[in-house]
Amino acid sequence: MAFPRPRPARPELPRQRVQTLQCGQGAVRAARFNADGNYCLTCGSDKTLKLWNPHKGTALRTYQGHGYEVLDAAGSFDNSQICSGGADKAVALWDVTTGQVVRKYRGHAGKVNCVQFNEEATVIVSGSIDSTVRCWDCRSRRPDPIQVLDEAKDGISSVKLSAHEILTGSVDGRIRRYDLRMGHLCSDYIGSPITSVCFSKDGQCVLAASLDSTLRLLDKDTGELLGEYTGHRSTTYRLDCVLSEQDTHVGCASEDGHVYFWDLVEGSLALSLPVGQGVVQSLAFHPRLPCLLAATQGQVTLWREDTFQPEGDPN
Amino acid sequence: MAAPESSDSEEDLVSYGSALQPLQEGERIKKPVPLQEQTVKDAKGRYQRFHGAFTGGFSAGYFNTVGTKEGWTPSAFVSSRLKRADKTILGPEDFMDEEDLSEFGIAPKDITTTDDFASKAKDRIKEKARQIAGVVAAIPGTTTFDDLIGPSKITVGVELLRKMGWKEGQGIGPRVKRKPYRQKPDPTVKIYGCALPPGLSESSEDEEDEYQPENVTFAPKDVMPVDLTPKENVHGLGYKGLDPSQALFGVSGREHLNLFTGGSEETSSLLGDLRHSKGRKLGIMGQAFGVGALEEEDDDIYAMDTLSKYDTVLKDEEPGDGLYGWTAPKQYKSKKRPEREFKYMGKILDGFSLASKSSAPVKIYPPPNLPRNYRPFHYFRPVIAAGSENYHLQKALEESSGKLRSEPTQQSRHALNAAQRREQLGETGLKGPTPSVLEYLSEKDRERLKEMKQASEQQVKAKIVSQQSRNSRFQPASPDDASHKWQMLLGVQLSNAGSSDFKPFAKNPEKQKRYENFVKSLKQGEKDTLERFLDPNMTEWERGREQEEFFRAAVFYRSSNPTLSSRFTRAKYEDDVDKVEVPRDQENDIDDKETAVKMKMFGKLTRDKFEWHPDKLLCKRFNVRDPYPDSSVVGLPKVKRDKYSVFNFLTVPEPTTSVTQATNKKIEESNSLNKPKKPSRWDVSDKEKDKKDSISEFISLARSKADVQQQPPVPATEECGTGPSETLTTLILNEDKDLEGESRRPPMDLFKAIFVRSSDEKSSSSEEESDEEPQPTTSVRESETTKQVDVLDSSSSNVQESVTATTDSGISSLPTSKQKLDAAEEFGPKLPPAFSSGRFCKLLNRKEKHKKTRESHKTKKEHKRKKEKKKKHKKQKNKGKHKNKKSEKDSSSNTTVSSDSDSLRDKDATGLPPKELLRR
Repeated sequence: MAFPRPRPARPELPRQRVQTLQCGQGAVRAARFNADGNYCLTCGSDKTLKLWNPHKGTALRTYQGHGYEVLDAAGSFDNSQICSGGADKAVALWDVTTGQVVRKYRGHAGKVNCVQFNEEATVIVSGSIDSTVRCWDCRSRRPDPIQVLDEAKDGISSVKLSAHEILTGSVDGRIRRYDLRMGHLCSDYIGSPITSVCFSKDGQCVLAASLDSTLRLLDKDTGELLGEYTGHRSTTYRLDCVLSEQDTHVGCASEDGHVYFWDLVEGSLALSLPVGQGVVQSLAFHPRLPCLLAATQGQVTLWREDTFQPEGDPN
Repeated sequence: MAAPESSDSEEDLVSYGSALQPLQEGERIKKPVPLQEQTVKDAKGRYQRFHGAFTGGFSAGYFNTVGTKEGWTPSAFVSSRLKRADKTILGPEDFMDEEDLSEFGIAPKDITTTDDFASKAKDRIKEKARQIAGVVAAIPGTTTFDDLIGPSKITVGVELLRKMGWKEGQGIGPRVKRKPYRQKPDPTVKIYGCALPPGLSESSEDEEDEYQPENVTFAPKDVMPVDLTPKENVHGLGYKGLDPSQALFGVSGREHLNLFTGGSEETSSLLGDLRHSKGRKLGIMGQAFGVGALEEEDDDIYAMDTLSKYDTVLKDEEPGDGLYGWTAPKQYKSKKRPEREFKYMGKILDGFSLASKSSAPVKIYPPPNLPRNYRPFHYFRPVIAAGSENYHLQKALEESSGKLRSEPTQQSRHALNAAQRREQLGETGLKGPTPSVLEYLSEKDRERLKEMKQASEQQVKAKIVSQQSRNSRFQPASPDDASHKWQMLLGVQLSNAGSSDFKPFAKNPEKQKRYENFVKSLKQGEKDTLERFLDPNMTEWERGREQEEFFRAAVFYRSSNPTLSSRFTRAKYEDDVDKVEVPRDQENDIDDKETAVKMKMFGKLTRDKFEWHPDKLLCKRFNVRDPYPDSSVVGLPKVKRDKYSVFNFLTVPEPTTSVTQATNKKIEESNSLNKPKKPSRWDVSDKEKDKKDSISEFISLARSKADVQQQPPVPATEECGTGPSETLTTLILNEDKDLEGESRRPPMDLFKAIFVRSSDEKSSSSEEESDEEPQPTTSVRESETTKQVDVLDSSSSNVQESVTATTDSGISSLPTSKQKLDAAEEFGPKLPPAFSSGRFCKLLNRKEKHKKTRESHKTKKEHKRKKEKKKKHKKQKNKGKHKNKKSEKDSSSNTTVSSDSDSLRDKDATGLPPKELLRR
């Protein structure tokens, strides 16, 4: 007789501040976990990019080479490379170990708001306020992008990739999903400028945060509204939204210094996390653990679930 | 000594055998080995065992394996130059064990009398006779018993005969010459009557005599004694018992073979004889006895007479011409034979037969004969159409192929510039799409430009001429003079001018033709013939003018350097083409979408789905199959559409005084045309420009005043926690909008003061007005889109409205990026400031200010904000400052921008709709 599986633990939300990283790189424009969530990258307004172990609170490396503030970064699946985009209109590809810029892709006419690697780290997809998304080839030496997605009528604020899709959120109030496999472009009109988009972990839904202080969960295939989450304030800034590690909750940064979490299904506010005084600029959710990175002003805070016991020094 | 004693008598006893060993004391008497345990061992101590279930056998090798206990060592083949390995022919002995060769083995090596010398034992004749007797005898093979029993003595007679030189097998008598060769009966000839017994057949004896020299005598033939045995048995006449030889050697098979092999009869008979002559001890044989272990051939005892051994079809075995039939000569047959075998040697499947006709032989074409001077190396000789473009390439090829260049280079290598060298080398130019800046200009402008130039030249020339013509009669522009002058000036440079793609006089085809002829003649260096291309109907003055024009055009074309042209890019859309390639699928208008969003009816209403073609490489990188493997389209498929451009509705302004300005303008225009989809705000219509130019001074003046006046008081007690719907507008967008408003809209009362209800103003600002007018139900975008084709987005519409920033051409040519980089001018969501302390608070304050000011107009502006939010605009704030110092005319509007851009950013008042302002 087979034992029934133990009931999966109730999904927890990060409620407990575990670490605070004083980044010392001006405003932290973005904080991003690496592929496995063991490290994180912070993009500073002082043109630097820093690699941290957020769980221990140690700074590992500083990457210098951008000509203006760094706005977004992403790590490759094998942790060997980092791509970053900045206000210097350039997309940089870094070698993690040497700390050197491997390549710089120039071609955007404006600030690069967001960068993403594809699954195999062969393509960097960058979105810029010049309303284009550019796909840069990491394999060949060609300086121009593989393809320019210039369908957006306004700046691109967020780009996410799945195995075969490019999801872009634009200030023109549209979410565009380029499906490479099907050869389709799906454009969903939201109305309000999109600040952040993300795929759900199961790849069926799309979460979009917009400047009307609303998070919307859309069905990827039909574009139908699955849920709407309000309560936070997002009217001015480009703020991130996240989905929790098990797709149970959606989270969004807010201009009132909090991070809000809603139950994905019920739409009820589950948690309001007081992160700081200022705007929470960037959020990153751990890929596997209930663990949240929140960047506010010059620091990054790491949040874990209540039951989490930091090993070593409980600080 | 005959005293027999008892003891003696005892000694007389005869003892046989050897005495047993005296027994040791206490030793037990050995038990005799029982029969079943008595074993036989061979010389090597191996048990001699019997093999075979029926006939018995012997153990061979090492337990019936090869060699010894260690196995079998193959003999190594060693051969060197000095010591050649001899070609060993292995006999059966090489594979036999030693004991086989011993005295009692199967092949005893001991010295024994061979057949030749053991004639005492075996008389061949006797044997034959005996054989015959045995055959005829009641029990076949009984003669063999005689062998066993018969004495091995030679009779005296035989001995005597031997001494006389007789040898066995010979006849007795004087030696004789061989009789003339008897005709041997052809084996194929059918013999009727009784067949002779095989032993008696003559053929078996005559085989050897084939060659008989004349002087050689032979011993007489042995005579077979006539057997005169009476018939004593009750067998039928002619009955003979089973012939052991026939029984053993498979007559049936032999006979069957006869059908196919012509010579098999002889060979088989030979074989049979050979076997006989071998003198093998056949022993008792016969089918009844089976095959003994000594017999090699044991296949025939199980021989089954299968049907396959027989012919089922009557086919002509000998495909001759039918003359001979089956009696065809042997040679013929033997000749035929190999061919057949050559054809096909394998088995033929049932149901198949060999093709009667062989397939047609493959025709083999001999290789071509190579010419004697052929060298097996390939080199390319491309065919080049003689043309102006290919001229240099052709030349280069001619050179490379060994021909001397027809014309020697006049210039040294160092005197050439890069372009000339390039042309000589036949390389393609730099990537510049067009060779000339002129290309970017419209023809009108070009002409105007030229006219201008000419005018100025004319003036200058007129002066010169007037000076010259003080003593001579007036010549407007002596063509000879001019041509010579220009000829000198142009020199070699002209050689490349006037290629087909430069058509300065395209509007006037005749003129263009004349020009082309002119250039051609110039190229050829004809100076005198220049005039004949000119229109004879024209006056002398006109001709002179035109010629000069041509010269100028040629020079103008020439002067455009490829390095320069490479810096320009061609307009995305042709200026004079109505149709424009636009994406086939447009995201359709947003009005119904907006309502759908309001009703939260996401889904079909808000979704647009397009066909989109990813780049092939992108698919590869994403490990995705290309969804459209056949199409070369990348991105959204495009279709031709009517171009919508602001410039369609504009008239080209009159030329201004300076040439440079005109070109600037044109370049600007063409630049702006590069992206009609997303025009920037400095793409202003010339029409508007013209209109505004005159009033811009007033406006700027007035606005600078008004800006200061209309700084609204900031109420300090305003809470910031307004509802989300009311705080829709963002800080940055507010700023944007404010600036926009400022730049766009001077205070209304001023307008009123200057032109009250002026029709001009109305028409130009009608769009704005409609934008600004509060429309409670419909969104602003609607109103916009009704007027504008959706190619232009909201920003483009604003561009049209925004007048001020665009008048100055210098600003417009600035790179857009520079302005974009300005931190204060963000588009879309803004990045938060670094720290809340101090700076952030200030920012908040500012924000609050906005809200306060906004609050007052909230109700009226609510509908507008949504739209405004999306607008992105670039301010020329910084540039404006610089322009400030420029001439009043140029910077007429920029002064306003610069004046308020920095200090008065927060102001909302100017962003208000004019009507509202009026109401205040």
